[in-house]
Amino acid sequence: MSMTESTYRIQGATGEWEVVIGLEVHAQITSNAKLFSGAATDFGAEPNTQVSLVDAAMPGMLPTLNGECVRQAVRTGLAINAKINKYSRFDRKNYFYADLPQGYQISQLYHPIVGEGVIQISLDDKDPDAHGKAIGVERIHIEQDAGKLMHDQHPTMSYVDLNRCGVALMEIVSMPDMASPKEAAAYVRKLRSILRYVGSCDGNMEQGSMRADVNVSVRKPGDELGIRTETKNVNSMRFIQQVIEYEAQRQVDVIEDGGTIVQETRLFDTEKGETRSMRSKEDAHDYRYFPDPDLLPLELEDDFIFDCKASLPELPDEKRARYKTVLGLSAYNAAVLTAEHETAIWFEELLDTTDKPEKIASSAANWMMSELFGALNNMGKSIEESPVSPAEAAELLGLIADGTISGKIAKQVFEIMLETGDGAAKIVEEKGLKQESDTGAIEKVIAEVIAANEDKVEQYRGGKDKLFGFFVGQTMKAMQGKANPQVVNELLKQKLG
Amino acid sequence: MANIQDLGIAGIRGGIDSGAFTAVEVAETFIDRVSAAKPLNAFLVETPDHALTAAKAADEAKAKGETLGKMAGVPIGMKDLFCTEGVPTTAASGILEGFVPQYESTVSANLFKNGAGMLGKLNLDQFAMGSSNETSAFGNVISPWRRNDGGNTDITPGGSSGGSAAAVAGRIAPAATGTDTGGSIRQPAAFAGITGFKPTYGRCSRWGTIAFASSLDQAGSMAHDTRDCAIMLEAMAGFDVKDSTSLDLPVPDWEAALNSDLKGKRIGIPKEYRVDNMPSEIDALWQQGIAWMKDAGATIVDVSLPHTKYALPAYYIIAPAEASSNLARYDGVRYGKRDLPDGAGLQDMYAATREAGFGDEVKRRIMIGTYVLSAGYYDAYYTQAQKVRTLISQDFDKAWEQCDLLLTPTAPSAAFGLGEKSDDPLAMYLNDVFTVPSSLAGLPAMSVPAGLDGQGLPLGLQVIGKALDEQNVFNAGLALEERAGFVAKPEQWW
Repeated sequence: MSMTESTYRIQGATGEWEVVIGLEVHAQITSNAKLFSGAATDFGAEPNTQVSLVDAAMPGMLPTLNGECVRQAVRTGLAINAKINKYSRFDRKNYFYADLPQGYQISQLYHPIVGEGVIQISLDDKDPDAHGKAIGVERIHIEQDAGKLMHDQHPTMSYVDLNRCGVALMEIVSMPDMASPKEAAAYVRKLRSILRYVGSCDGNMEQGSMRADVNVSVRKPGDELGIRTETKNVNSMRFIQQVIEYEAQRQVDVIEDGGTIVQETRLFDTEKGETRSMRSKEDAHDYRYFPDPDLLPLELEDDFIFDCKASLPELPDEKRARYKTVLGLSAYNAAVLTAEHETAIWFEELLDTTDKPEKIASSAANWMMSELFGALNNMGKSIEESPVSPAEAAELLGLIADGTISGKIAKQVFEIMLETGDGAAKIVEEKGLKQESDTGAIEKVIAEVIAANEDKVEQYRGGKDKLFGFFVGQTMKAMQGKANPQVVNELLKQKLG
Repeated sequence: MANIQDLGIAGIRGGIDSGAFTAVEVAETFIDRVSAAKPLNAFLVETPDHALTAAKAADEAKAKGETLGKMAGVPIGMKDLFCTEGVPTTAASGILEGFVPQYESTVSANLFKNGAGMLGKLNLDQFAMGSSNETSAFGNVISPWRRNDGGNTDITPGGSSGGSAAAVAGRIAPAATGTDTGGSIRQPAAFAGITGFKPTYGRCSRWGTIAFASSLDQAGSMAHDTRDCAIMLEAMAGFDVKDSTSLDLPVPDWEAALNSDLKGKRIGIPKEYRVDNMPSEIDALWQQGIAWMKDAGATIVDVSLPHTKYALPAYYIIAPAEASSNLARYDGVRYGKRDLPDGAGLQDMYAATREAGFGDEVKRRIMIGTYVLSAGYYDAYYTQAQKVRTLISQDFDKAWEQCDLLLTPTAPSAAFGLGEKSDDPLAMYLNDVFTVPSSLAGLPAMSVPAGLDGQGLPLGLQVIGKALDEQNVFNAGLALEERAGFVAKPEQWW
């Protein structure tokens, strides 16, 4: 994969500035139970209905580690080719807040479960491999989420909802390897894709299952790293890019006005599109991290790691390569069909209806991208909610392939399938849409068309080639569009000479 | 036949078994003892119904010929650090005033499953932080013991399990639960002339026990003698999936294997436990203990535990560090005390609640713990203390190459008068000098009452064993007990 140098620059009064970006992504681990308690984790439940004694930090309660969360973190690490640390440990991060009943968050500061890995991003959808970049991942650790304060329930008091308290998160910390908002967005998109392939996080940013702390600094090209700021809890792809743009410009302005950047934590105001200071390094919490004495160090066996590895599906990069080399898809089609796991699954289910998938792969891919995606988009449905199943689509594509219907008729049939839920063959049969390939019938119509348009025939023969389309159109019209266009073309050429 | 009130667990078991008395008679005897003992302030909550219900169940089971649990019909006192379902639990702190758990600690649940009843919740040093019971928010326990000088100075029962020690010594409860973080079972047992046993760290589940210092806290038994401690510990201990640090091992039948013949056993005498200013009576008792061990067939070996002098400072870093974090949950938000001044915000509420709810010693330890964990000091204090802890464990490992058990005094003095050390935290911390090293190493250890000092107050000897080797600790304790013949008991003045 070729590396692409970013050309993204901030134009300042003193010249060009580079931007350096690192992301800490918090991804909620897909699991029925919380990281250290058996409470449920469903999104949107009534406040405080998914809270165990442990989550509420009742006196004498102790955490017990949920093995499924460990498994998902290890699988995620393996999916980004990271080092799995066979020894890791949990630390307490101490601070007071009403959404944190224990008074500490159990996290992994000193010994994270996953070490260095790498994520390949693409900066060009048309040809990802030609414009790729490797973004380093420094570590992944697992930790507890906090609860939520509700400030709009009472005129003078804030309420606490502990449903989210104790839910398992992976914190995925990148290296400062990104140099533009576009790269950061590509990184988050790719990370999200991998997490969803692995099944370790649903990647739902609207529901807060994935959110990012955005670290930004600026420097003159070739200089040492500048001082960074960290903007917390940014929860959409668009906001991440906005934060970077705003923060980079702000930093350049501060420095060029003779000021200095302070290392600080900032918040993003989504309405104003601005970041603002939350607390500076001087006011930073002293979290008093220390090993949690309630939990033993986590030691992983080789067999466990092996099983985690064996349970991984084919990941997007491998899949994309296979679609290109084995199935013969274009780089662009391969990239689009593999970006979301569900899309690839749908595509492969379609291919599974034949024993020669490479023969129909390209036409199936084109059909999905031109017909299916458009239809789903109009209906506001995801591919998993598609009213037409892969098998039904295969039936439709089969009718095109064997010449039963034309591509044009197929569009019509597909529309009826979406409306009625009927199968393609049934629709073609009932509506009489079967394509006419019988040369006798077509020749008869052509003779009629030629007889009715003798002036145009003369013009055509006199060199007006463009009129050929007119004859095709007239013939098709006369046959209600059911004539095999190939046969029509051939016969017309013969007859018109 | 002795009075029921003088009986321990085995005695009660025997009496119920032979039909000499019923479990209900036992419960009623001790319920009366509890209500008559208010001047000692040993009980924070009395639960006579609980004791009676368990007693009736034991009598009914016996009538039906069913096999009785290890603790059937034994009404015990429960240190108020164990959460008990539906019964107020405070850790003797104002911050938990009014807190009633909706769950039962594993240790108390195990005891109840084995047939024990509960007489009530026993007073302690606040959050188990203290060695004299004077840090309780609900007034200190007064020891049933008095000096033989004819005066009526109130004596400390020791701490933190001071209510437990006083209740057993005063024949108010035949046995009681304790917890030991740095000596909180053994020191009060020694001060009150009873037997106290702290098992290997992890034998008893910590689930539902209010945490002081998680890596050190361990529940144990406090009773009249070694046999009773063994029976009760069997009923308390066991693996618990809800406590990641609990040991996934079967609980041995310690009582059945009790054997005071120490032939072939090597008893180590650590020279570092001979500290300055130790009363000569305690040294003499130690020598007497050595003689008793020899008499029981053991050989005596001089050993060295060179890092002993660093144990106390390390303990007073590690325990407060963990405590400062463990006690963060008492914030006035969800349960217990809440102090909400007019117009107060969240931070004000925290400050007011914790200021009003925590006692001075608790605040002192939270501050020490916060300090030693803070940025810039962590390595100098916490990391160093953990290294010391490792060295102390290694000291014991080396000693075990030469011996099977260690014999030491339990505490460097007899019980002192209430108020005599309460202004001097460092002097108070010194009480734990002999008990802290084995706590840091997570080893089983017990205190056996071995004699009285010149003032007529009890003194104890400590036996320390290898991890998981409770049996040999019990056996050595029994050998001492048989030879010491400690029968003294406090005269009832209350």
